[in-house]
Amino acid sequence: MYNAGKIIVGLIIFVVFVTLPFIISGEKAKMKPEPKIDTPEIMKLPEAERKCVESKDFMKAEHMKLLNQWRDWVVREGNGTYVNAEGKTFLMSLQKTCMKCHSNKSKFCDECHNYAAVKPYCWDCHIAPKEKES
Amino acid sequence: MSIDRREFLKIAGLTSLIGVGGVTLSQGLKKVVEASQVKPNLEALTAKRWAIVVDMSKFKTKEDYQRCIDACHKIHNVPEIPNPKQEVKWIWTETYEHAFPGNEDEYLSEEIKHMPFLVLCNHCANPPCVRVCPTKATFKRKDGIVMMDMHRCIGCRFCMAACPYGARSFNWKDPRPFIKKENENLEFPTRTKGVVEKCTLCYERLAIGLKPACVEASNGGLIFGDIEDPNSEVRKILSSRYSFRRKPELGTGPSVYYVF
Amino acid sequence: MLEKAIKGGARYWVWVLCLLGVIGIGFLAYLYQFRQGLGITGMSRDVSWGLYIGQFTFLVGVAASGVMVVLPYYLHNYKKFGRITVLGEFLAIAAVVMCMLFIFVDMGQPLRVLNVILHPTPNSVMFYDMIVLSGYLFLNLLVGWTVLGAERKEVPPPKWVKPFIYISIAWAPSIHTVTAFLYAGLPGRHFWLSAIMAARFLASAFSGGPALLIILALIVRRYTKFDPGKEAIQTLGKIVTYFMITNVFFLGLEFFTAFYSNIPGHTSPFKYLYTGIGEYNKLVPVMWLSSILAVIALILLIFPQIRRNESLLAVACISTFLSLWIDKGFGLIVGGFVPNPFEKVTEYWPTLPETLITLAVWAVGFLVLTILYKVAVSVKEDVVFDKYGEKQIKS
Repeated sequence: MYNAGKIIVGLIIFVVFVTLPFIISGEKAKMKPEPKIDTPEIMKLPEAERKCVESKDFMKAEHMKLLNQWRDWVVREGNGTYVNAEGKTFLMSLQKTCMKCHSNKSKFCDECHNYAAVKPYCWDCHIAPKEKES
Repeated sequence: MSIDRREFLKIAGLTSLIGVGGVTLSQGLKKVVEASQVKPNLEALTAKRWAIVVDMSKFKTKEDYQRCIDACHKIHNVPEIPNPKQEVKWIWTETYEHAFPGNEDEYLSEEIKHMPFLVLCNHCANPPCVRVCPTKATFKRKDGIVMMDMHRCIGCRFCMAACPYGARSFNWKDPRPFIKKENENLEFPTRTKGVVEKCTLCYERLAIGLKPACVEASNGGLIFGDIEDPNSEVRKILSSRYSFRRKPELGTGPSVYYVF
Repeated sequence: MLEKAIKGGARYWVWVLCLLGVIGIGFLAYLYQFRQGLGITGMSRDVSWGLYIGQFTFLVGVAASGVMVVLPYYLHNYKKFGRITVLGEFLAIAAVVMCMLFIFVDMGQPLRVLNVILHPTPNSVMFYDMIVLSGYLFLNLLVGWTVLGAERKEVPPPKWVKPFIYISIAWAPSIHTVTAFLYAGLPGRHFWLSAIMAARFLASAFSGGPALLIILALIVRRYTKFDPGKEAIQTLGKIVTYFMITNVFFLGLEFFTAFYSNIPGHTSPFKYLYTGIGEYNKLVPVMWLSSILAVIALILLIFPQIRRNESLLAVACISTFLSLWIDKGFGLIVGGFVPNPFEKVTEYWPTLPETLITLAVWAVGFLVLTILYKVAVSVKEDVVFDKYGEKQIKS
């Protein structure tokens, strides 16, 4: 083929480039994130009451959207109360509701976020709860 | 069917645009929270138009007004920035000639000349800052509060140019190092660099049935209420005493009144 | 046609590399600003807009001035502008690119810039500014590129270009009017609250822009085989003259209203700029320099014997451009913020990182201009006859 040298070198560089993230992450890419929900605040509640605002599957998939919409409802529309699928009411607030139970950001929120390499900018402003060194 | 490179690129570009755009749009429009699931808090304070009257007869010592400033700045994590050019302040005091420029007069009583007038965002009825904001990051709520949506602000500072009262501050750098650890309020966010902030009439306290922090700390110096409710305290005091506002000739309709 | 931009002599590549160097340094300064926040500039709580927005304001004027060569040629068939219209359009493109970059570097949260499109706000002048600037960029790219491409193929431009040209002629004054409206509708800023703000902007645009175009045309004639035309340059010179007179006249009108009414809100900013207020007088030498340059420019421009001398015309144009750049790109913005709404003074002066970023944006503009002009000049050098049968260069 014409310019075989340049093409093959180019292809090798391309393959290295594209697989670089996997090469660098190595073993870390295989470790499944394990968010911990055994905070003191959650442990204080009886087993039956350890329910989040919505079900675990819903929160796993949609907590980003939920928080965004909560934000718009609270800040822009002046609403404060959320009624979940089971009719229970909550105050719509990241710091005053979500983080009151999930007070371990580094072992909960960060677990999946670090794995997925996303950096939600919430924490630039919303103060993360102080975590005790354990 | 033969197709030349240009045609192919055009078709590829168009289909990827439609594909990516379509998926993004359909995902973005999907709502997970229905309007029926949200409602205002039961205990929230509501009004048609909130107003504050500053009763200057109650502000005699530095303590009187510093209490209000500290209450506000503390619960809202307002940073203390040493460089006055980059300071952030939501409520502070000015002397008469600076709070009411154009009204200054050398023959004014010395007492009035040195009075500490508390100044803050006037939550105007006709706010120029809201008019100019390109993203509606600052907007007027139904209860009259000129609100800030920190998530949406792009930091263009058009609102700062538009405000005739100098009520707005910009975060020229990250404010967090300048918030005293012992004063930090963990229930309220800080702001980040690059957004504009100002007094938001303690919307978060009104939502849980509390009056604004400065009003509570003022021991009667700041009267708060619904100016469109004829029976409110605000209306009572305005109908019995002479009141004045800052730069009313500009047509902004400020909601902060001053009485002596 | 873009391939013509990568074929050039040593001088061309040295110039391009210098520009890339300036851009590189400024980019690093911008990364610093992105990291630390806008606090690394000289702006403050009182003077919340500074060099970046000033430069943006000035460059919108330069961009709008493209209409000064397009209108006579396309609407009134002024054939002498035939060779210079594409230079005017390409200058407009470079200027609009710089405008958009200056806005971007001035934003506190630049990654959220799409919010202006996602949450359209028809009552905000800035929303319209974004629309008209983007539209103008698109129009000039479309028209300039199409007409140049047709010239390269030695055919008349396609008929559908004509409506876009007419739209761009109407669009050009609108971009600068909208920019003037950013300032002219703010109730608290008496320095800007003037009905003739848009008129002043247009007058300074139509003198500053063509002044730069004349200098660029002279440079193009000196360093390439393409001659935009002696008479075109002279006509542009007359345009610069009359609009500069208008601009200075308008400034005089502002002075009169302020000082004859003697209202402090109106006189204080002028006093700050031209005499200083108390110990605050950082801008006084700068503003007087602008005035002196304006006077020099007018003396050289008004007398036809002097204006006909191209070297003196070049001096006049440089003087005009610098005078307007200081006045509009700096004095106008700072003056609006001093004194502040409390009648206190906080002064402003750009910092080093701010200056480096500004220079980098200018370098980007000049790079875009260089590339586009290289393409245009290369095309025109190849074409021996223009459509009116006049030989441009001897083969």
